[in-house]
Amino acid sequence: MKRVAVLTQPLLALVAAFVLTTLALLSTGVSPLEAYRLVLFGAFSTPVRLSDMIMLAAPLLLCAVGLSITFTGGLYNLGVEGQMIVGAIAAMVPLRLWPDWPPLLLWLIAALSGAAGGALWALMIGILRRYAGVSEIFAGLGMNFLAGGLALYMVLGPWRRQSSASLSGTDLLPRELWLPTIDRLRLVPAAPVIALLALVIVWWALTQTRWGLEVRAVGLNPAASERLGIATTRRMAETLAACGALAGIAGMLQVVAVHHALIPNISSGIGLLGLLVALLARANPRWLLPITVAFAAFTVGSIQLPLTLGIDSAIAGVLQGALVLFALATRIRQ
Amino acid sequence: MVIVRYRYIGSNVQIAMEQLWIDMAAVLAAAAPLVIAAMGETLSERAGVINLSLDGTMLLAAMTGFAVAFTTQNLILGFAAAALVGALVAAVLGVFSLTLGQSQTAVGFVLALLCTDLSSFLGAPFVRLPGPAVPFMPIPGLADLPILGPILFRHDPVIYASFLLVPATAYLLYSTRLGLIVRALGERPAAVYARGIDVTRWRYAMLILGGALVGIAGAAFSLDLKQGWSYRHTFGSGWIVLAIVIFGGWRPLRVALGCYLFAALEIVATRSQSALPGIPTQMIQVAPFVFMILVLALVNLASSPTVARWIATLPSVWQRPLLVIVYRLRATAPAALGQPFERP
Repeated sequence: MKRVAVLTQPLLALVAAFVLTTLALLSTGVSPLEAYRLVLFGAFSTPVRLSDMIMLAAPLLLCAVGLSITFTGGLYNLGVEGQMIVGAIAAMVPLRLWPDWPPLLLWLIAALSGAAGGALWALMIGILRRYAGVSEIFAGLGMNFLAGGLALYMVLGPWRRQSSASLSGTDLLPRELWLPTIDRLRLVPAAPVIALLALVIVWWALTQTRWGLEVRAVGLNPAASERLGIATTRRMAETLAACGALAGIAGMLQVVAVHHALIPNISSGIGLLGLLVALLARANPRWLLPITVAFAAFTVGSIQLPLTLGIDSAIAGVLQGALVLFALATRIRQ
Repeated sequence: MVIVRYRYIGSNVQIAMEQLWIDMAAVLAAAAPLVIAAMGETLSERAGVINLSLDGTMLLAAMTGFAVAFTTQNLILGFAAAALVGALVAAVLGVFSLTLGQSQTAVGFVLALLCTDLSSFLGAPFVRLPGPAVPFMPIPGLADLPILGPILFRHDPVIYASFLLVPATAYLLYSTRLGLIVRALGERPAAVYARGIDVTRWRYAMLILGGALVGIAGAAFSLDLKQGWSYRHTFGSGWIVLAIVIFGGWRPLRVALGCYLFAALEIVATRSQSALPGIPTQMIQVAPFVFMILVLALVNLASSPTVARWIATLPSVWQRPLLVIVYRLRATAPAALGQPFERP
């Protein structure tokens, strides 16, 4: 009985999600099959799209991995979007200050600075929750608005273009500071490598170490953990900082590997998508990678929809959201 | 609909005063959708259910309301459709959280994103079309009153409804038997159960009623305040409403006050753009959101034991006034908010 449920329930969620998405597609009058062909497989159709998919999957995986730490610790870190933005801003600082330094050293400093920025931004949420009693959900959302404002300020204020301030972003970084790409593609091999490395390290830390055990205990029952002598406040701060640091590195990648500048929308909703990935993976590291790749493929595949079929690309978000929603329904009662 | 031109001419006090009345009317108008949504959310949270999908629900309802009103050229149908969408999303949240026992936070968050994307996808054909709008309707006689007339009685029906909704919600919660049940659902559902009342059924009822109000708030954006539909039309207002409900301590009057404060901040922010040319517009637009979160932190700080301990260490002269401030600011959540109810 139980084994049957394990197999049929995800299948049921999958079917329900596709029924909802198909209904939405049918309402526009386009052929759902044609739309699905683009959304599901479009990202694999050409090398350029495949490389775009990988370049989206890398920061997405970093965010989702970070969020699986905070989920394990029992926190809803909705502030991940802001942590990514602040990470991107913090990574820009050394790049703008010392553009003449050797690129390798600069990238390292930028990554550290981005991670520190994201971690500090995440810790603010911890402080607001622990000492001001603001739920981490609202603290996170507030910090997102604040981070967005900060990015806009930098783009239009101190780091505005030399010609004239523009919403399209700061001046591009000098070419030497762009992370190297594979010939003629926008694929930066370093990005997926960093993301996969983070996945392995976090999986190890959460499942194989005493620290991971304590984080899981805090997530399941903070009051009992406290009584058992676990420093719950400290673990909470550590999980938030770790998630923020990973999101910050994702932000740094957006700067040095994708946009080569700071743009106001540097996080592009990747953090929120990462929340969906982490919710669907149930903070289980084994599922993080396949779900991340699938979601990144949906998003990249759907970009062609407006041009080829004349429908909005938001259908990828509908499919992603529906999948997570129905997967939640089949989860064991909490 | 009130369209306001901000202009102070010279030092003419008369004109400046009239401008102030117009500004106050603009604040009341801008706050109307927030007030309607916040009353809905207050009702469902007082019954113990957090509807975190607010922002997405408002967008989907705003889109549906506009699409229906545009196609049928009937405003009432538009608002009805929006209310139905809001109720439907709330019902989905109810099925997943109340019946299937999943986390209200997780389901609500996913619904928020899902509805946002659905609104963008399904609403694409309706973007920036000129559509029907709620007509301006000054109340005869009252509109000509000095001061009060221009502030309160030169609006449209949606805004009047938002005025009435606040005392109505307060009356429902504090002066009726239903209100007593609702508050008990949020504070101690086991006691409600012991009196022979079906906890889950009543939570569904309040969640769906609240959802319908949130839907109407969405239509108040697309058919009244912003007149029309475009991508992510509400600019994150749903999230701010969730924060305002906390700021208001789940009490209707204070929640409404929070909405008006936020709308006033937005108007002040728009106004200060010309006064502070060095700061980019977009920065000023996010300022009210940031300010609200800071206020929220302050309000919550007042309820935290850390602060109580800190006050106790101060010289006694300071303790009393500080305690009074803290008491005034304090906001306590319904005890069973967000908790699943298991039959004992």
